[in-house]
Amino acid sequence: MPLYEHVFLARQDITAQQNSALQKQFQTIIEENGGQIGKTEYWGVKGLNYRIRKNRKAHFSLMNINAPYEAVAEMERQMSLSSDVLRFLTIRVDELDDKPSAMMKRADERGDRGDRGDRGDRGDRRGPRRDRGDRGDRPARSDNQSEGGNE
Amino acid sequence: MNPHGGQRRTFQRRRKTCPFSGDNAPVIDYKDVKLLLRFTSERGKIVPSRITAVSAKKQRELAKAIKRARFLGLMPYILK
Repeated sequence: MPLYEHVFLARQDITAQQNSALQKQFQTIIEENGGQIGKTEYWGVKGLNYRIRKNRKAHFSLMNINAPYEAVAEMERQMSLSSDVLRFLTIRVDELDDKPSAMMKRADERGDRGDRGDRGDRGDRRGPRRDRGDRGDRPARSDNQSEGGNE
Repeated sequence: MNPHGGQRRTFQRRRKTCPFSGDNAPVIDYKDVKLLLRFTSERGKIVPSRITAVSAKKQRELAKAIKRARFLGLMPYILK
């Protein structure tokens, strides 16, 4: 059976329990249609970079699915009918990753800033810097300012 | 002292290598937003590979991952 990685976004107004109930509901659809669920992850409520159906935040959940296409199609059909699901993405993968994904890892590592990876590329720099131009005239110094400090 | 004669124009650019090739290179994944953000501009656009030195094959993979992350709202399509 093909392997899928599935992420869905649920409305921000529902609770975490409601979200896990929702996830259960979709899992049973897969299982009833002859599929299996591998790892599941709940990423929590995350802010969206742009509004999706007037939501600024959403519950993110991930499921690893090993199921025939028909089961996934049925689940997606139910998701598009559900008013709680904002968006979903199913990706067929060659192998499922059982380890926690980058999303979970980041939450764990928050706080210690030890390994930040190497810095991003700095882009193309255009040769050596040229001489700077003239700085122009500075205003005349006023003497009482330069001698201030001691009384 | 400059080993290349001291002329201003003899600046040599170091050959950059692809950040996704070789040992313990990061895996391109749409879930790893922190990694993907390094390859987008301030406005949220994907940075061309001629600047980031990502190989053509990896750049295609990277672009796909960024577009997936955008679809899920994890990354912006545009930042003003």
